[in-house]
Amino acid sequence: MNPARKRRTRLVVALTAAVLLASALIYTSFSASSEAVTPSRLAHGAATGRAYQLTGKVANGSVRDIPGGKTFRVRDRNGTTSVPVRYVGAVPDPFREGREVIVTVRKQGNTFVGERDSLVTKCPSKFTDTTPQSGQQT
Amino acid sequence: MAIVGRACLILAFATCIYGIVASIYGARAHRPDWAESGRRSVYAVAVLASVAFLILEIAFLRTDLSFAIVASHSSTTTEWFYRAAAAWSSQEGSLLLWLWLLSMWSSLVLFLTRRRLRDVAPYATAVLLGFGAFFGGLLVFAVSPFDVLASPPQEGLGLNPLLRHPSMMIHPPMLYSGYTLFAVPFAFAVGALIVRRVDAEWIGATRRFALAAWFFLGVGILLGARWSYSELGWGGYWAWDPVENASLLPWLTGTAFIHSLMIQEKRGMLKIWNSSLILATGTLAILGTFLVRSGILDSIHAFGASTLGIPFVTLIGVMIAGSMALVVSRRDTLRSEQSIDSMLSREAIFLFNNLVLVAMAFVVFFWTFLPLITEALGNKVSVGPPVYNQYIVPLALALVLLSGIGPIAAWRRTTLKTVRRNFVWPLAALATTVVVLLVFGVTQSPASILMFAFAAFVIAVTVQEFARGAAARRAMAGENPLQATVTLVKRNRRRYGGYIVHVGMALLFIGVAASSAFQHAHDVVLKPGQTTRVGDYTIRYVRPTSAIGQRAGSLEKISFGAVLDVSKNGKHLTTLRPSKAYFPSQDASDLGAIGRFFEGEATSEVGMQAGLRRDLWTAMSPDISKMRPIIDKGDKAFAAIDGKVPPEMQAQLLGQALTGLVQRYRTQPPPANFRLLSSPLVAWIWIGGLVVFTGGLIALWPAGDPAMRRVRGRYAARVARELGRA
Repeated sequence: MNPARKRRTRLVVALTAAVLLASALIYTSFSASSEAVTPSRLAHGAATGRAYQLTGKVANGSVRDIPGGKTFRVRDRNGTTSVPVRYVGAVPDPFREGREVIVTVRKQGNTFVGERDSLVTKCPSKFTDTTPQSGQQT
Repeated sequence: MAIVGRACLILAFATCIYGIVASIYGARAHRPDWAESGRRSVYAVAVLASVAFLILEIAFLRTDLSFAIVASHSSTTTEWFYRAAAAWSSQEGSLLLWLWLLSMWSSLVLFLTRRRLRDVAPYATAVLLGFGAFFGGLLVFAVSPFDVLASPPQEGLGLNPLLRHPSMMIHPPMLYSGYTLFAVPFAFAVGALIVRRVDAEWIGATRRFALAAWFFLGVGILLGARWSYSELGWGGYWAWDPVENASLLPWLTGTAFIHSLMIQEKRGMLKIWNSSLILATGTLAILGTFLVRSGILDSIHAFGASTLGIPFVTLIGVMIAGSMALVVSRRDTLRSEQSIDSMLSREAIFLFNNLVLVAMAFVVFFWTFLPLITEALGNKVSVGPPVYNQYIVPLALALVLLSGIGPIAAWRRTTLKTVRRNFVWPLAALATTVVVLLVFGVTQSPASILMFAFAAFVIAVTVQEFARGAAARRAMAGENPLQATVTLVKRNRRRYGGYIVHVGMALLFIGVAASSAFQHAHDVVLKPGQTTRVGDYTIRYVRPTSAIGQRAGSLEKISFGAVLDVSKNGKHLTTLRPSKAYFPSQDASDLGAIGRFFEGEATSEVGMQAGLRRDLWTAMSPDISKMRPIIDKGDKAFAAIDGKVPPEMQAQLLGQALTGLVQRYRTQPPPANFRLLSSPLVAWIWIGGLVVFTGGLIALWPAGDPAMRRVRGRYAARVARELGRA
């Protein structure tokens, strides 16, 4: 085989492998992904039993302890619409009111049940822009 | 001092701009004096960035609360070593750390190559200064670490309790060293492509930097995993979080690069591949920095939504477009001198290993960015860890197997005789492992069985290679086995360091496979006296514990914990003491005097019995809601006396109230949630990591003079050959 033909063949094989891998990834992304949604999107309409990845902030005054977990409401990042979440399992250490969370939920009746081990809370050190007490920047 | 720091940053930015112009003019106009001036600009930037970083560190160590960054990330009660580390817990401080490390590594490489690569170096200098200008520009125009407060507070917010861990002092600098070191081979690759000097010399000049980048990034990733496992209260070490993935991506492509560059050095092949790999690695290193800075992807580790997204996207866009344009326009110069003779040769195995690593990087990249891609298409979706594992597990199996085959395959062509000579014992080790596992009833996870078998193959290959090398030395020099092995490694650090890395990776994968497939996990609510089981272990909640933590005379935290008795078959094994520490809220004045302790940060102190065979791990979280009535009662009482009694007396009363609360926890404890894990062979992840980095250090260590001369001689011969061809 001449070198130019050899190079072309190699390129075709490599591209085919890449296309196959990409196709498999795209197929999986349709079959195994969760839709990432905001509380207002869920409040507007959610299919019972379907998995959603809910992103928002834990609403103030909404956290209650239940046996083995917590109930709380997740509100829009920049809004007040919220949905109730029931989560059984250990919550991450940074979890608390006002914190941004990501949790995979399924609708059951009027509440959204969190999937065990799916609750992620953003590390607070990374997004605080609080200036202590009354200090003013110059 | 803040004004001096700011002035240093402005000067550093201006020097970067000057250096870029001087370097490019020097190269284009063939004016070595200008190119030299550009190189010296890098040294100047290093000095200025060092002064700026030193000023910031001094401000943190002295807790100078007039610095806004100090007031919001440290406090007078923070331990000195955490004060030093708090500098990079902020967006601004971490960007300054990036600039400082970049300027130091850039100075080092340009100093070492000051008499070599005279045509390539000016362009590499311009690229490195371009990165410097970018980060310097961000620090001057977007996020300054030297903002000062008109009225400094009495006390700072302190370092986030979650970050008060020894890893905080070393994990971020390691990651940033990895990212910034990858900028060095990236810059030289760009320089080499611009001047069409794509021989092995630029690789020789920067290979050690690529290896150091791989080493530091790997250490940083492993430290992060260990930190997560021991501190974050969920018992895992890897969660496929976008920011974790962002650090893994350049490490994967960097690993591919440090393997494939050997093919270019030995056989003059894979030039396009190598150039593309290192350009991609440099871009992914910036992408990793971008993901943390921008908060564009939802991650536990990301900084919040910031204004840095657009500059980073612009930089990444320029890097991708520029890299592609360079590789495409130089494709004729980059043509391989030779081709692969056989699919059963070492170079072919290295190529397959590269393809697997790049496929892994592609998979991780795709899943990480899926939310962004699909959001742009109108319906944002994402996938969880099981989907990552579905793809990464088979690729990891292939990678481990290839890392065993590569060292015993021959260059050019592997004959049947070579196969018989090199593969018999390793294949016997592989088959024996499978048989032993099946005999002992390990049948439930085929992927894990394959991983154990392939790891045994890799270890057997390495032992065989060491044994043969040492035997040859013993025959030649009459050395004892230990001496022969040490001399063997010293004479060829790169090769044998690499073999040790392979063994370490095999051990690490054994730990990952075992702890993922055979872990027992149990979340349970227990009261004192109650018992539960996890795996073969019986765990009894013996009694609650509680304590008040003080620092510098003030209340720092309240800890509620548990004493757990662990037994197996009725025999006491160990006692675990997990606890949860509650730090008072700093920013909510409307919270009660006692209640604020339960509205701030909380950290898990894990109870763990680590062993070579198995880790028993537990974290707990008491049901504080049961204590809420007494906390609310205390808050009301303190609200009633607020302003009516002197502050000293109020503090004294608060101390008494909190003491009463922790005593009450011991006598009337609420139920607590426990997470209990029994994970086999986790320790081998950390041991494997240590072996990997020992091998990496051996490979990195400068060769002694005679060996160095040989290597340099080889490069010189190759360069002369290629120049003759040009």
